Amino acid sequence: MSATETPHGRHIPDRLDRPLRSAVFSWEALLIAVAISIFAVNSFASPYFLDAWSLSDLTFNFTEKALIALAMALLIISGEIDLSVAAIIALASTMMGMAVQFGVGTSGLVAIGIGVGLACGAFNGLLVTRLGLPSIVVTIGTMSLFRGVAFIILGDQAYKGYPESFAFFGQGYVWWVVSFELVLFLGAAVIYYVILHRTSFGRRVFAIGNNPVAAQFSGVRVERIKFILFCLTGLMSGIAAVLITSRLGSTRPSIAQGYELEVITMVVLGGVSILGGAGSIPGVVLAALIMGLVTFGLGLLNVPGIVMSIFIGLLLILVIALPIVWRRLMKERPA
Amino acid sequence: MNALLKNREIWLLAAILLLIGLISTRYGAFASPRNLANVFNDTSILMILALGQMVVILTRSIDLSMASNLAFTGMVVAMINAAYPAVPVPLLMLIAAGVGLALGVFNGALVWKLGIPSIVVTLGTLTIYRGATFVISGGAWVNADKMSPAFIGLQRMQMLGIPLLSWIALAVIASFFVLLTRTPLGRSFYAIGVNPTASVYAGIDVGRTKFVAFCISGLVAGICGYLWVSRYVIASVEIANGYELNIIAACVIGGISIAGGIGSVGGAVLGALFLGIISSALPLINISPFWQMAISGSAIILAVVLNARGERRQGRIILKKAEAI
Repeated sequence: MSATETPHGRHIPDRLDRPLRSAVFSWEALLIAVAISIFAVNSFASPYFLDAWSLSDLTFNFTEKALIALAMALLIISGEIDLSVAAIIALASTMMGMAVQFGVGTSGLVAIGIGVGLACGAFNGLLVTRLGLPSIVVTIGTMSLFRGVAFIILGDQAYKGYPESFAFFGQGYVWWVVSFELVLFLGAAVIYYVILHRTSFGRRVFAIGNNPVAAQFSGVRVERIKFILFCLTGLMSGIAAVLITSRLGSTRPSIAQGYELEVITMVVLGGVSILGGAGSIPGVVLAALIMGLVTFGLGLLNVPGIVMSIFIGLLLILVIALPIVWRRLMKERPA
Repeated sequence: MNALLKNREIWLLAAILLLIGLISTRYGAFASPRNLANVFNDTSILMILALGQMVVILTRSIDLSMASNLAFTGMVVAMINAAYPAVPVPLLMLIAAGVGLALGVFNGALVWKLGIPSIVVTLGTLTIYRGATFVISGGAWVNADKMSPAFIGLQRMQMLGIPLLSWIALAVIASFFVLLTRTPLGRSFYAIGVNPTASVYAGIDVGRTKFVAFCISGLVAGICGYLWVSRYVIASVEIANGYELNIIAACVIGGISIAGGIGSVGGAVLGALFLGIISSALPLINISPFWQMAISGSAIILAVVLNARGERRQGRIILKKAEAI
């Protein structure tokens, strides 16, 4: 007997791998390898790729979605999901656009964007935790509701006329080619890393995802933590709304359409189990980088966006499928 | 009587009748049989898709790729029709069904053989199938003038005063009813949704049954690919973009539990009709169509809240009361 099978078929090894071995064969290592190879292919494929400004533009491809992916990772690890994030962006952006018509200044706009995001997240969280509803259905509903409200307010119109100072968030640079969005994302990534991997709150998130009932009996306030996670996801969506609105300089109700699936793809590609209980922030950051590299590299080669989505879809399935196939082949080999 | 009140289809039917009544006060002709038949015909494709999705949801899975499958299949048959107008339309329908089935087999095989969660698989194939639609068409549209009259006309043929599309929907509804209530396969969809472990002990191959469910949803999406393209007389990369969520919404409103094992053919049909009535009534009663999204969103949330009351299981909630947010 070298290992024990639990009733649920989970595999519990007698002893853990040595640190080096587990680091080399970790999901993050696989992602780093994928990222480096895509980077290399891009450098060979296009002469315009290896340029500081090109690489800086590249980051705009993923920072906004990746900000949401950080919070979404925690939410998915806890066993829930939020499909309404793109709709939250639409509603928050619409509210900001409306505020502009009343002459609200830049700081007010930011507060409104983030506040609307937080409120939407809290609404999702209340529905899921207070009424005990499945989050996938609740957020399909709120996804229609939030974007629907944006459509009611705006119809086929657009809001413009954002103040000049507002453009900094989505278009400004902190230093040389380092954009404000990138700095914000890296800062947020560090914060989320600490929350998930270095605090008891993070351990509780994992505990809830692995077994909510056991977590509850261990004294973890499951509902409260899930509520906080929904609020965080809403908050990050609000921040993303500020960035996107600032970058585009206008608001339409169809803004950020389909982002929710890209954000979830990032999270899953980053090694977060869609069933909850496993995942890491470095993985999500790497996955965001990979998606940025793929879309930007293909963009330099004049590949249309819709064809890029094939690569993203294939990448998602392949990266999940290959380790499973690999493990199966290793098992079949005589020991 | 008590059982009747607990039956969620009855409540949904009552809600729909109330809705029709309310609309009639603003627009009298809405409740006429002629108009209701039109609404049914308009909703046919959504009903068929919702039934396919329901089978997948019953098995605790989800198929997010149905709308992309529909777009791809629709493009394939439209391009065949444009290039070879002589190919008979029934054969094209068979091709559509076959292509849709193949895409469903791909989803199902990944779920069955590799054990990847269905939401991940179909999230991937959602983008792959739609991207493939762009690749085969090069981004071009197939317009009405390139489609043969038979291709466009078949589903509009009247039988007993009702278009063929409605008859197809009725036939699909009937066959799903027989499948889900009168066959071992249909019962096993429910069984693995209610309790996968017990199903294994009862001799049901859970993986294979899920595979079959994805084949069914793929097949149905393929058939709807032809129906959609010939109904709206356009095939493009963008058709039915985001429609997968409407399909799931119809299921949820129809009382199908996303946790699996609960749902009925009647529920799926009524759920789709509910959405169909709203979308066809809004312009008639002078409400901007921009309201539709928010209304269906509210309907979904309301439906989940009401359904959850019926599904709540007893016991196991020892600690819940002690906790407050």
